[in-house]
Amino acid sequence: MTDAGDSAAPRPDPESVLGEEQSVGQGAPHDTEFSGRDPITAADGDGPESAPREGDAVVAEDSSPSQSDAVDADPDAVAARSDQASAEVDSPASDADSHTIAAGADDSDTVAEPLGAAPSAPSAGRSAPRHPLKVRERLLTLGSAISVLRDYQWPQLPFRSPIRGPWLTSVFGAVLLASLPIVIITGLLSWIAYGPRFGQAMPGDVGWLHLPVFDWPTRPSWLYRLTQGVHVGLGLILIPWVLAKLWSVIPKFFQLPPVRSPAQAVERISLLALVGGILFEIATGVLNIQYDYIFGFSFYTAHYWGAWVFISGFVVHVAVKLPTMVRSLRSRSFRSVLRTNRAYTVAEARDETGLVAQHPGPATISRRGAIGLVAGGSFFVTILTIGETTGGFLRGTAILLPRGRSYGNGPTDFQVNRTAVAAGLTPDQYSDGWRLKLTGGANLLSLSRPQLLAMEQHTVDLPIACVEGWSTVQTWTGVRLRDLAAAVGVQHMVSARVESFERFGAFKSVQFTAEQMLHPDSLLALLVNGVNLTIDHGFPARIMMPGIPGVHTTKWVETIEFRER
Amino acid sequence: MRSFARFYGAHPLHLLTMMCCFALWLAVIVVAGPQTFINTHVWWQSIAVWFIGAAVLHDMLLFPLYALADLSLRTGLRATRGLPIPKRTAVPIVNYVRLPVLGTGLTFLMFFPGIIKQGAFFYHNATGMTQDPFLHRWLLLVAAMFGTSALAYALRLALHARRTPAAHAHNQPPAATTTTQTASTAPDPA
Repeated sequence: MTDAGDSAAPRPDPESVLGEEQSVGQGAPHDTEFSGRDPITAADGDGPESAPREGDAVVAEDSSPSQSDAVDADPDAVAARSDQASAEVDSPASDADSHTIAAGADDSDTVAEPLGAAPSAPSAGRSAPRHPLKVRERLLTLGSAISVLRDYQWPQLPFRSPIRGPWLTSVFGAVLLASLPIVIITGLLSWIAYGPRFGQAMPGDVGWLHLPVFDWPTRPSWLYRLTQGVHVGLGLILIPWVLAKLWSVIPKFFQLPPVRSPAQAVERISLLALVGGILFEIATGVLNIQYDYIFGFSFYTAHYWGAWVFISGFVVHVAVKLPTMVRSLRSRSFRSVLRTNRAYTVAEARDETGLVAQHPGPATISRRGAIGLVAGGSFFVTILTIGETTGGFLRGTAILLPRGRSYGNGPTDFQVNRTAVAAGLTPDQYSDGWRLKLTGGANLLSLSRPQLLAMEQHTVDLPIACVEGWSTVQTWTGVRLRDLAAAVGVQHMVSARVESFERFGAFKSVQFTAEQMLHPDSLLALLVNGVNLTIDHGFPARIMMPGIPGVHTTKWVETIEFRER
Repeated sequence: MRSFARFYGAHPLHLLTMMCCFALWLAVIVVAGPQTFINTHVWWQSIAVWFIGAAVLHDMLLFPLYALADLSLRTGLRATRGLPIPKRTAVPIVNYVRLPVLGTGLTFLMFFPGIIKQGAFFYHNATGMTQDPFLHRWLLLVAAMFGTSALAYALRLALHARRTPAAHAHNQPPAATTTTQTASTAPDPA
């Protein structure tokens, strides 16, 4: 398989020197040439091939006569040179060579001069007509230096895996290309679900960097549960794919020289947005769902802006690499890979992607094995995380996550988001003296819990769906919010603000749209699963509303302020 | 345009696309304000540091560590073949070690805050519980992964021995040991 790129006969190195001296940066054609030559090295071993390479470098740098002679002694090189010379009479290479050979003849010091100083030393004793040549020569020396750096047989880290290559990378890439946009969109939707119209989205001011804003719908009631469950769940499930993708391209990170062209330099900077972005989003997300705030900054701010920087890297990476991905995926059939076991697994042909190992070792795992391993890892993560989102009998499978745990059997065995102690509540706040205060325009109404229980009760199954991805559906009983609005005489509600009596907390006060407040399933919940709310679940009363983020299901409600037109 | 492409190293379209990326970075910095990304009091709690740090830690620490671990595993396994331990089978064990190790690493990487009880205060505030059960749960999971892998390898060995009874007998004479050694680098037929 190493012979696959070996279509061209071993090319005489001086030819490439001649070619390079004519143009400073040859870019893409040159790269192909370079990588096309590598398999020869692989086949011949380092000895015979690297020796002429180093000679080639010396010729380009200071062209000592002895080196030129050595190269000229190669019949192929002579042929190549005479071809070049006849094609272009004014060949700069032959000019430069004849000049330096002459310089070497009459001034032996020149030979020993380091790179860059060589053209200036002989210029002192030169006559005027030759001067233009020297400017040109200086440029040529610079050009040669660049091309020499590029052509130099840089030591590369010994990446050996024979399965690394554009095909496998493209498979991982295709999986991420299909799934990451879903994670991105659902994440950006969550920003809208928080209610940017009321200034409740986090972060608050994002300019135009958001999806088109709309009022978050109340139907279906599981909308936020779905979008955020997918965002967090899929994000976690993709971690093995992301790590595998990074493994498959890691030789590019360590390649020498780090850049071969301005294009590559620019692209590598953009890759920081891609790689840093995805890892940053994963790291902050994973820490946040486990309440590990060691990062110290605001999770919302960091995750949101990190996402946009990631999006910038993701979009341009897809734009630049999509053709390569499609081409690589077409290069072999998936079914044939699935039929190939480890014994028959060999490296792909080396190509311009630079992903294929120069000296691949024997396969320790087949491609199907590697894909199976990543898919299996992904499935494993699914089992360990999905219970947080689905609840029910799967809840217990999330054994390593906070929200898989039980609060004991009974009607109030579901997740507490913030304890009463953490919210700084004192018993007198939720004793019999508690009153719900309703305001609507000039009207004011104060209701005790028995009074609320005496009103028409409504029972509905609604989810608490947290931004952290976990959710739980419970059966809530309480007074419809629209009945409360009617009780205080509100006719034309435009919005309402609910306030909790908790001492502190980012979600102490939340504003809702009229549509959300008037929905027949929107409740001031007093009971859950037929029993009184516990203090940690929001006693004496909490908001339950279809489709909203969990942090907006305000607990320990004290005031509802209806706003009219 | 050709000379540009020759200097730049790619089609001009490439540069346009890249500029789009960098313009978006600038937009983010302008809208959010540069101070959002820098924490002047605790430098390592800056968003920018974490952003770059995430990439650096993966590429310069995590990857070298797991690559080195895998290299040690493969070298170690190869070395044991040279020892005068009777080689019993042609079923390579390497992936039966890699799998549970990868599983252990992945679960630790994803769930370490609970396992090492990092963020205990906020965890308790949020849930009313402690992180006590996670370490032993994780250790049991690790045990299960290694156990399952051992069991699977034992089954593979048994199946292999049943399918090719000759292979077992072949490795007994000392002459055969050397041939297995040289063959060990070549792909196994199974």
